[in-house]
Amino acid sequence: MAMNCILILLIYILGAGATLASNAKNAGKIALVTSLINAVIALILTADFLNGSDISFVQQWISNPNISLSFVVDGLSLTMLLLTTLLLPIIILASFNTLYSKANQLYALVLFMAFAMAGTFLAQDGLVYYIFWELALLPIFFIGLLWGSDEWKVRKRVMVTFFIYTFAGSLFMLAAFAYLYTKTGSFSWSDLSKVVLSTKEANYIFLAFFLAYGIKIPVFPLHTWQANTYEKSPTIGTMLLSGIMLKMGLYSILRWQMPIAGNVSENILKTVIVLCIIGIIYASLIALRSENIKRLLAYSSMAHVGLIAAGAYIGNTTGYQGAIIQMVAHGFVVVGLFYLADIIHNRYDSYLIKDMGGIRSQAPKFTTFFLIILFASIGLPGTFGFIGEFTLLFALSEKELLYAVFAGTSIILGAYYMLKMFQNAVLGSPNTKVFSEVTTKEYVVLGIICVVLIGLGIYPKLLTDLFI
Amino acid sequence: MSTLIALASLAVLILVLEIINLRKTIVPLTLIGLLVALGFNICNFNTIDSFYNNMIVINKTTTLFSSLFIVLTFFIVALGQSFYKEQYDKISDYTSLKIFLLIGAYCMVAFGNMVMFFLGLEILSITLYILAGSDRTNIKSNEAGMKYFLMGSFASGFILFGIALIYGATASFDLDQIQLASSQLAMPKWFMVGFVLMLVGLLFKIAAFPFHFWAPDVYQGSPLLTTTTMSTLAKVAAVAAFYKLSLVFFPAMPANFSNLIAFLIIVTLIVGNVMALKQNNIKRLMAYSGISHAGFMLMAILLGKQAEPHLFYYMVAYAIAGIAAFSVILYVCQDKKEELVIHFRGFAKHKPVLAVTLSLALLSMAGIPILAGFFGKLFLFTQALNQGYYVMVVIAVITSIISIYYYFKVIIVMFTYKNADANTTYQKNFIYSTVAIIAIVINLIIGFCPSLIIDLF
Repeated sequence: MAMNCILILLIYILGAGATLASNAKNAGKIALVTSLINAVIALILTADFLNGSDISFVQQWISNPNISLSFVVDGLSLTMLLLTTLLLPIIILASFNTLYSKANQLYALVLFMAFAMAGTFLAQDGLVYYIFWELALLPIFFIGLLWGSDEWKVRKRVMVTFFIYTFAGSLFMLAAFAYLYTKTGSFSWSDLSKVVLSTKEANYIFLAFFLAYGIKIPVFPLHTWQANTYEKSPTIGTMLLSGIMLKMGLYSILRWQMPIAGNVSENILKTVIVLCIIGIIYASLIALRSENIKRLLAYSSMAHVGLIAAGAYIGNTTGYQGAIIQMVAHGFVVVGLFYLADIIHNRYDSYLIKDMGGIRSQAPKFTTFFLIILFASIGLPGTFGFIGEFTLLFALSEKELLYAVFAGTSIILGAYYMLKMFQNAVLGSPNTKVFSEVTTKEYVVLGIICVVLIGLGIYPKLLTDLFI
Repeated sequence: MSTLIALASLAVLILVLEIINLRKTIVPLTLIGLLVALGFNICNFNTIDSFYNNMIVINKTTTLFSSLFIVLTFFIVALGQSFYKEQYDKISDYTSLKIFLLIGAYCMVAFGNMVMFFLGLEILSITLYILAGSDRTNIKSNEAGMKYFLMGSFASGFILFGIALIYGATASFDLDQIQLASSQLAMPKWFMVGFVLMLVGLLFKIAAFPFHFWAPDVYQGSPLLTTTTMSTLAKVAAVAAFYKLSLVFFPAMPANFSNLIAFLIIVTLIVGNVMALKQNNIKRLMAYSGISHAGFMLMAILLGKQAEPHLFYYMVAYAIAGIAAFSVILYVCQDKKEELVIHFRGFAKHKPVLAVTLSLALLSMAGIPILAGFFGKLFLFTQALNQGYYVMVVIAVITSIISIYYYFKVIIVMFTYKNADANTTYQKNFIYSTVAIIAIVINLIIGFCPSLIIDLF
């Protein structure tokens, strides 16, 4: 019997309840087990999907207005679902390095967020999708607020800014959906993607969606919330945000924005792509000057997703495929990088690059892992990062060579600031402070990430079979 | 009609119980009486009837709206059991006043005649004037009662004058007759003037721009339970009456009249939400939030008959969330002189369940998905876009974003604590917490299944 994709949602929500009910000691384990079960189920679902079984779930929810709980799986959704379910155990395992107070509440929020994100990727009804989209925001807000670093006042300001920023964007998306509903009488993706819009309508709808996704991704100049939020959130929150949550924005471009408002005027589309490319260069330049490793990673992440967004907005098949590949690659890379930063922070109690250095002589294994993930981040051939980045640049060049030329600088700049960071943080003369070698737990997490990055880099067909 | 008789007898019964020294049974009996009245109301669900020469009209709209009023009164009376503990010798007065208030609200939605409408409005208003000033030793409460009474009577005066002018134009107080006359004959100028005067009074009663200035002061000064009543029951009753009148009068107004209303909605939304940002008294904050919700409900009124289920849904969502929020506020502010936002600091550490309840209630008002408030807004936006009010929807979206800020201010305060707050103690109160939790559960249920409400129509 084929499984149903709604199973994943149910297990996440039940797991969240169980975690909340448990005590602080066991919470992390329960969360880990829940996420592992779901990872296995997601793999079984993938096998079912490739065999051609029907794993979707459709049920009428509200008759007027016409809303149905429909979760339909296709290659795009399934890839994102796999990313979520496979990254989550890694993120939870990675979080065991830090002892969080009230761990049961924290892990319940994490699982609830995973529930909302998986729902976002699966939902094929615009309104259900919107609800999941918003639901994902609440847990990360509280995770950042209650478990974040820095003074309460600063943290509160940062998290409220983040919340209002993202919520503001998505309300415009809601208005767009409401307008589309008045045109079609349905929220379902299959109806909405067939809607015929005049260029003027498409422009407004496109911009409304862009506000929501541009803030979430983030695209220049809507990115101002990002670095602060990444810096102040606890590492687990940062990983969830950068590894999975911002993919919601990129996914939504491919799923909703381009199919529905594809009729948008060429000028707006060009402007948006140019904004993405400006964001790449801008974020790379800031990353170059960042002294805090978390902020540097935040900006490097912004540069990478800028490239993905540009590719997604190109709207051709190469761009589509490149965006999906790079989303997966970026998810693993960025979680790995933030984990490495977290490990250093645990040993040195600092995120400032100038406090680091001289790690290599003390911890060669750690340095190796760092280098592999770093190479994947800058897109070295042989790693998974290369395939995505190359496809995306190729897609940009198909449209307009200049795009590719400017976006290509991100690879050069990326290599420059990442290697500079590596040099200052890891290499250099031996530090007086002791840096102990990776523990078994860390070994497992980093090992899995490296295996995925290299494995898929050599044989990407494993993943690309899903959506090509 | 049986509902009205039941309610009137209940109100008198309460006074009698006091005379025969059965004070302790008043609240439980009232609650049972309200359930009986609700039962009568539900029995009438599908009947269409009218009484006393069309003075009172019973139809589906009447039944649904009045059922909501009865449920809200049920909660408010239950809260009163605990709220009036210190002046329990006056419980009969307070409880019967609330039932009279409900009778007024019932008349305001069941009227078929302008006279009945005015009667209902006055019954509701006068009981509210008394309740607002009922904390006699408190100077603020005195001020609130006086302010509300003076301004409220002016508003009533406007409405009465408007009714007189309309009578002059149509020679009738009967709604059907007025509708007939205004749709078939050419109306003299004072017909319009009459309705505009009524509009002034109605906008005052629902606290919408430009007649909203009383709300923050009166909300702040009144005893907390009166504030609860005003912001839930009194507000939705006034909106329901406004809606009923709008069905008759809006079609008879000039074509660009809807622009005026749309303008009022936009300004109400902006004023309510922007002014709420800077409040540090929770009652004033709720007052301004109530003003902005009045704007949303006005939006439904503007959209007309089509939006009736959505108006009702919005009213239920708003009022139930209001009851839940105010129950928790009552809980926190039991022994406080003033209801400042700062008093909520660290509340989540002491009473996590209630803190989550208040958070959910506020999130519902802010329109966060899966809570009822979200669907309320969504339905309104969809309808408004359908009818082409694009600018209004965009402004409503922007003001909703602004509202997040002040709702979150309260939520965040609850989850903040310093060491000093660890010693704060909160008196246990079974009634407040039960009402709060029941109300929020109702809110969640109709949020999960909006069809429960929408499909009633």
